Amino acid sequence: MVLKDINLSIGKGEFVTILGPSGCGKTTLMRLIGGFLKAIEGEITIAGVDMTNTPPHLRPVNTVFQRYALFPHLNVFGNIAFGLNLKRLPQEEIKKRVMHVLKIVTMTDYEERDVDTLSGGQQQRVAIARAIVNEPEVLLLDEPLAALDLKMRKDMQMEIKAMHKKLGISFVYVTHDQEEALTLSDRIVVMREGEIQQIGTPAQIYNEPQNSFVADFIGESNILNGIMIKDRFVEFAGHQFECVDKGFELHEPVDVVIRPEDIYIFEKLEAAQFSGKVTSSIFKGVHYEMMVTTPEGFEFMIQDYNCFEVGQTVGMLVKPFDIQVMKKERLCNTFKGTVIDKSHIRFLGNNFSCDDAQRFESGASVKVNIDFRNVILHDNEEDGMLSGSVIFILYKGDHYHLTVLTEGDEHIFADTNDIWDDGDRVGISISPDTIQVENI
Amino acid sequence: MYFGRRRNWSIPYVLFLVFFVLVPLALIVLFAFTSEAGGFSFENFRKFLMHPEAMNILIYSIGVALITTILCLLIGYPAAYILSRMETSRARLLVMLFILPMWINFLIRTLATVALFDFLRLPLGEGALLFGMVYNFLPFMIYPIYNILLKTDQNLIEAAQDLGANPRQVFFRTILPLSFPGITSGIMMVFMPVISTFAIAELLTINNIKLFGTTLQENIYNGMWNYGAALSLLMLLLIGIISLFNNQGSAKAAEEGGLI
Repeated sequence: MVLKDINLSIGKGEFVTILGPSGCGKTTLMRLIGGFLKAIEGEITIAGVDMTNTPPHLRPVNTVFQRYALFPHLNVFGNIAFGLNLKRLPQEEIKKRVMHVLKIVTMTDYEERDVDTLSGGQQQRVAIARAIVNEPEVLLLDEPLAALDLKMRKDMQMEIKAMHKKLGISFVYVTHDQEEALTLSDRIVVMREGEIQQIGTPAQIYNEPQNSFVADFIGESNILNGIMIKDRFVEFAGHQFECVDKGFELHEPVDVVIRPEDIYIFEKLEAAQFSGKVTSSIFKGVHYEMMVTTPEGFEFMIQDYNCFEVGQTVGMLVKPFDIQVMKKERLCNTFKGTVIDKSHIRFLGNNFSCDDAQRFESGASVKVNIDFRNVILHDNEEDGMLSGSVIFILYKGDHYHLTVLTEGDEHIFADTNDIWDDGDRVGISISPDTIQVENI
Repeated sequence: MYFGRRRNWSIPYVLFLVFFVLVPLALIVLFAFTSEAGGFSFENFRKFLMHPEAMNILIYSIGVALITTILCLLIGYPAAYILSRMETSRARLLVMLFILPMWINFLIRTLATVALFDFLRLPLGEGALLFGMVYNFLPFMIYPIYNILLKTDQNLIEAAQDLGANPRQVFFRTILPLSFPGITSGIMMVFMPVISTFAIAELLTINNIKLFGTTLQENIYNGMWNYGAALSLLMLLLIGIISLFNNQGSAKAAEEGGLI
């Protein structure tokens, strides 16, 4: 995993969570801080000291490993005392400190136990105790709760939070669980494909996601294509809405995010901004989760305490400050290409037939634009000119926006009404009349 | 329909074990407690205790086995460690090379060693004996240690580094103790056969040094079945005690991938 443009500073005593799907580079970032990986470029400073080339055993950092990594040849005491023994502290001091951290992790009287005989939660506590007993500047936690069941995980979350408060050392917590991140952190760093997407407090990340990826990854959301009519006015799903965002260009295409709990749903249609028909309604414990389809063909997810029957026509309303408008990362696929002849153009390592190529000299370097709609995906990899796999799916209310990673490690974005799954292998082709060519 | 029952599949193995393990063992015990003239007696064991020569040979054999084992460990552990750090495909080739001599008949190999010593004008004797033993049994030490080192959880090594262990401390406080199961199986696989081997001693010392195996073989060869059986039984007990001791020490270790 390659990390790009990582610029992150963590305050003393802060609880920072690095959040992202698997393969986003969060573990890489953590291993860099721990010293298990060497940074080719850039620098890492801990407590004011440059540690970029410092080996792990000399860093004031301790790690709670994902699979605990407790030493099977040592008992609980031996595991926790490992770091203190290396520092050659007097035995009495070691004993005192081990007993102290055992108390913090509520494992008093377990010091003689074999680590193999402990439950997952207990091993987790020992792993934490083994790390904090050394009083590091930074405690790294690599998905420490991933192996625990839900109930245990909730309890441990609370305990970790309490421990953080008590110890006052910086925690860097790596997870793919957004709920965990929201619960625990002072600040969240959302990562994707080696890049930081957004840094902010849990509330900022949830309420003001900076792009559709963050909005989709954190919590449930309705993400739609929209157009900024003018300042404080946005159009989406065939209607115009008042919003609080400004500073966009006139008629600039944007992404709009509305949380399911922020759409008001009711029977009276007069007060509604738009209407629709309930297509499903599921009881989720505290609220009902309903899918509503509008006459324009857009689907909304709505959470409400009241239940509306399937088939019922309902009115809906969204308040201006509940509409989050985000700049689009891209409006179409753009690649660098070379004109081969009057009817062919080469990009993404392939020659494509292209009607538009006739306007250019052979050999010219050009920019190739392809609309998301014009990327055609095939079930059979052989049917496409290129093959790739679906790595990210975003539901846009009336269609899916797919990110496909080609064999050549390039991203192609496609809009489609067909349902694909994450990881699906697909063939990709592009019709000759839909490739637009531009001079660079 | 008998075939259908899964437990019936074990019949051939059970028969094999009965005829080639249990019956011979019972015969050894029977012979050991029978005098030349026939009839139950402790005569054979008394004979062993009365002859200091046999006793000395046993002690000497244990000494040779100990030294061989220590040499194998000293040479084998670093080799296994280096192999386990290597890139897998290269390591596999090298492990193969270490094991390759095992494909050649053990007598031919030892005769070749004798020829090599002659060619280099090195004297045959105690030194040659130890060389031959180490040469023959080294792979049995390397392989189990290599296996266990290969399986060592990389996370544990990182955990040790993380807790402040420098490379030397990582080795002595995690890697070495974690590889004990491999070391004990290696020791068992070298120590036990060395006590009972006789061909290596015979060939590499021109029959000047006798090991316990040699004494055994001579007795059986010369028709002293009862005495030979008694000596076999003694050796069996000795090995049994050692492996029992070993198993107790590493009951947990054994399930983690030791060979024995």
